[in-house]
Amino acid sequence: MELESMYQEVILDHYRHPHHKGLREPFDAQVHHVNPVCGDEVTLRVALKGAGGEPAVADVSYDALGCSISQASVSVLTDVLIGRPVSEAMEIASAFTELMHSRGRAEPDEDVLGDAVAFTGVARYPARVKCALLGWMAWKDATARALAGQDREQG
Amino acid sequence: MSLDVAAVRADFPVLARRARGGHPLVYLDSGATAQKPLAVLDAERDFYLRHNAAAHRGAHLLSEEATDAYEGARARVAAFIGADPGEIVFTRNATEAANLIAYSVGNAATSGPSGGRPAGPAAERLAVGPGDEILVTELEHHANLVPWQQLCLRAGARLRWFPVTAEGRVDLSGIGALVTERTKVVAVTGQSNVTGAMPPVAAIAAAAHAAGALAVVDGAQLVPHHSVSVRETGADLLFFSSHKMLGPTGIGVLWGRREVLEALPPFITGGSVIEVVRMEGSTFLPPPQRFEAGVPAAAQAVGLAAACDYLDAVGLDAIAEHERALTERALEALTAIPGVRVLGPLTTERRGGAVSFTVDGVHPHDVGQVLDELGIAVRTGHHCAWPLHRALGVQASTRASFYLYNTAEEVDALADGIRTAQKFFGAG
Repeated sequence: MELESMYQEVILDHYRHPHHKGLREPFDAQVHHVNPVCGDEVTLRVALKGAGGEPAVADVSYDALGCSISQASVSVLTDVLIGRPVSEAMEIASAFTELMHSRGRAEPDEDVLGDAVAFTGVARYPARVKCALLGWMAWKDATARALAGQDREQG
Repeated sequence: MSLDVAAVRADFPVLARRARGGHPLVYLDSGATAQKPLAVLDAERDFYLRHNAAAHRGAHLLSEEATDAYEGARARVAAFIGADPGEIVFTRNATEAANLIAYSVGNAATSGPSGGRPAGPAAERLAVGPGDEILVTELEHHANLVPWQQLCLRAGARLRWFPVTAEGRVDLSGIGALVTERTKVVAVTGQSNVTGAMPPVAAIAAAAHAAGALAVVDGAQLVPHHSVSVRETGADLLFFSSHKMLGPTGIGVLWGRREVLEALPPFITGGSVIEVVRMEGSTFLPPPQRFEAGVPAAAQAVGLAAACDYLDAVGLDAIAEHERALTERALEALTAIPGVRVLGPLTTERRGGAVSFTVDGVHPHDVGQVLDELGIAVRTGHHCAWPLHRALGVQASTRASFYLYNTAEEVDALADGIRTAQKFFGAG
């Protein structure tokens, strides 16, 4: 069966035991994203730090309902992005988005993506790409809002 | 009369292909769209090969033949549901037909059916305005819900609905309070695309008529699977799609009682629908032309007519019985699996062949993925019936839906596949 190539052990582990789950204080922005095809949803909060200098991802917390792919993906996201400078985190998110749109033909860079490389097999199934990207799109949206909020405060 | 499923399958070449992993294709997604028999493909191809032209336009032989083919298809579809050809409006699909009704009813407040301003009791009866109510059910597909929500926003009307029971049927216990003199339209599905429940549309239509309201039936899941005589449904308007009944995509059908269609103003306007156009205003043709703007989908209509021929040759009653037996087998097999919950009635009484279910500990999308890996095609998600899923307390479901070409072995493969999914995700 090809199932194992999609449902890598890393993915199943994160699905069964999600990391950083639950909504936490403090946070700078909160978003709610849904996948209109299946109804999967995620509420995601971003807290930034380092106002004035290079902002970094202090925390990502979330509450989510959905399939193994969407659940595992947002869990992996928190592992990979928390603690990074925002600019670096944005690059990782872009690399992950590119990987998911590769139809499984890309050679992912594990140094950049960490555990997120486990989703390479998912990219071969176009119907599941949105599942994998749900949390990442929410994170990008929340981070953009948090940055805009910081700008307003400083401006 | 029984159905020779092997002979039927031979008419559908796609069913012989292999799916993922080299498994034989098990197509259990006919509720989304049905596969097409060779006779439908041949009819459409023959139209393009020998008669293609713009119907109802042109002064040449091919245009004449295309017009005859298109109007012949209209007569064939009318005969299929016990209607008159003049009561059949071709639309793009069932969804467009629902929108046609909602917009035309909304337009009736400001536009007369033949042009100009509205006048007379027929227009008053149809027009929807502030204080009026539209009544639907919680089971509806978004196609028979969202157009009504939007109409209410435009007209200042109020949307009300029959709730769903725990069994996935329409709860009619409040019908006395829900259908009132304020009710202008009662729109209900003939067969739920999720729970398979078949509401008593004739009784609901009778209640609507007693209150002076229009009765609208979404027949998208009903007409492909049962012998339907539109007059027996009691409906004023009933719509369905070609592609769910072995026909091509791109064409749907709106049937309306003649006097209702005659009283409705047009929805989409432009060419084909007009009688006289002046700069100051236009007058419109009688139905069905009033509702068919633009060059008609003649090839698709011809394909749909061939689908009607095919279904009638096999026999709608034989098809319904075949599906009933498959549904019964599926309900037995699925309810025997610990952790599986079927959304919908557990018997085949007043129930069609859509079997939606959840599996404890395995998300529907993951169930669908494992089934796909075994060559089994199902639908996952909310199946365009989000409020229904919410009411049944689930986020999403997996749906198997059956048609005349499915077999008992395929039902068994589905049950085996669900057990495989449980095992894979450690939920069994």
